[in-house]
Amino acid sequence: MSAALAIDVADLTRRFGAFTAVDRITFDVRAGEVFGFLGANGAGKTTAIRMLTGLLAPTSGRATVAGHDVAREAERVKRDIGYMSQRFSLYEDLTVRENITLYGGIYDLSDRDIRDRTARMLARLGLEHAADQFVRAIPLGWRQKLAFSVALLHEPRVVFLDEPTSGVDPITRRQFWELIYEAAASGTTVLVTTHYMDEAEYCDRISIMVAGRIGAIGSPAELKQTFGAESIDDLFVQLARPAAGPQSPERPQ
Amino acid sequence: MTAASTDAVVADGLEKRFGTTVALAGLSFSVAPAELFGFVGPDGGGKTTLFRILATLLVPEKGSARVLGQDVVKDLWQLRRRIGYMPGRFSLYPDLSVYENLRFFASVFGTTVERERPHIAPIYSQLEPFKDRRAAALSGGMKQKLALCCALVHRPEILFLDEPTTGVDAVSRREFWDLLGTLKTSGMTILVSTPYMDEADRCDRVALVQGGRLLAVDTPSAIAQSFERPLLAVRAASRYPALLALREFPHVHTVYPFGDTLHYVDARTGEAAAPIASELRAFLTARGFADVRVEPTPPTVEDSFIARMGVPEGTRAA
Repeated sequence: MSAALAIDVADLTRRFGAFTAVDRITFDVRAGEVFGFLGANGAGKTTAIRMLTGLLAPTSGRATVAGHDVAREAERVKRDIGYMSQRFSLYEDLTVRENITLYGGIYDLSDRDIRDRTARMLARLGLEHAADQFVRAIPLGWRQKLAFSVALLHEPRVVFLDEPTSGVDPITRRQFWELIYEAAASGTTVLVTTHYMDEAEYCDRISIMVAGRIGAIGSPAELKQTFGAESIDDLFVQLARPAAGPQSPERPQ
Repeated sequence: MTAASTDAVVADGLEKRFGTTVALAGLSFSVAPAELFGFVGPDGGGKTTLFRILATLLVPEKGSARVLGQDVVKDLWQLRRRIGYMPGRFSLYPDLSVYENLRFFASVFGTTVERERPHIAPIYSQLEPFKDRRAAALSGGMKQKLALCCALVHRPEILFLDEPTTGVDAVSRREFWDLLGTLKTSGMTILVSTPYMDEADRCDRVALVQGGRLLAVDTPSAIAQSFERPLLAVRAASRYPALLALREFPHVHTVYPFGDTLHYVDARTGEAAAPIASELRAFLTARGFADVRVEPTPPTVEDSFIARMGVPEGTRAA
């Protein structure tokens, strides 16, 4: 295991009964890299992410995240990663400040650290005036950026973003990506899923899962050249069509 | 409004509030028969509220709307039979099979799957191999096809599809739009909402929706061409540093990532793009960027949306 690898996966597999959701996937993500983890609905992305975040035990194979084995050291993995999704990340009935404090507490930060980091985060996001508003009352764009910052509050080495920009306006979506670039530039490793194919082009490298396996992996430019595709959208359709087409059996989620 | 009597949908000054939140701030538009009309915009813009009003499920506070010549408030019982509505959230019964869901929706409208089979065939043929599978166990794309099939089973004259492709992968999204194209050729009027800007090009006309208002209503190409400033695509190996550098160019209006390029918008409206390209190349090269490529690029609906929406809420103070 190299120190420069934030995520190191070898033959990782998960079966549910007779169904193989993730089938011997092997890949790695370097420290400070922005890695796009793509795939059609039902291709196995969610199952793979649940294993990488220590929430689901692998059937076989091995994965280390932030230097910890996901099967044997799941609790240490959870401490050293951040996680954010569009569906769930902040408590809407708590204020902005209460949310930050709650997450700081969960990750065992000292009161002093929580105070300092809260002040810094609010200043950076330009959210000081909204610190005591309920999260449900602030616009979606702010909420998404706040959720991302909260996921980074305990300074994790790796952060998992599951469709973080879904439904967000085109300007806010791009501002969100600038936060991702900033985090990566400061050494945080980012693994991100998205259904916006233009966002796949913003990643250093991407992988495309097809029916439980990794169908392609590389930089967007390399992949487009290798597969003779004009865009990642075209490449995605080229790779994922056999798995999602009407003839092939549907895979359960 | 004589011309309006032939329109499939006519909305006039629709307003709706929820508490202090303004969901719709006076919307007016019309949709022609057999048109594929898209409402494109982010979450929270008012798309769902509008669709619920048009589908007779919500009453506007001000303004009026007519669908197929009938008033959405006064004539709701006649209208409900004639419209098909697919809500944004998955609206099927997860514990029923594909076939059972379809049979249920058919029976609500006093018909049967067998009787309606010919006109749902293009979609149902894709679902039939899984007809005994529980709806909950379908993939995202298949769930949406089933929901579309259920919205069509009573042979409506118009379809309201609220974000049918949200959260669905890129391949299933294309397939879903192909199906809408097929339905359109049969003469169906379709109103569809989406947060994905690239889907605007699949519509005859689109309305850009933001903050309960329509920013524009036109064909996708007219909306794209309404972009007024010089637009250039910039390619550089180190993209994020190049983006930050371009923001310091003296004539910059905006710079943002766009697919595998950066889109640079110049503040000098009406200026030719080619000389600006040379200026930018020189500027970036002087700052040490190697392998820079700059070329004029045609604006898209998304560029136009960005230009029209101004500064969104939730933006960092400048």
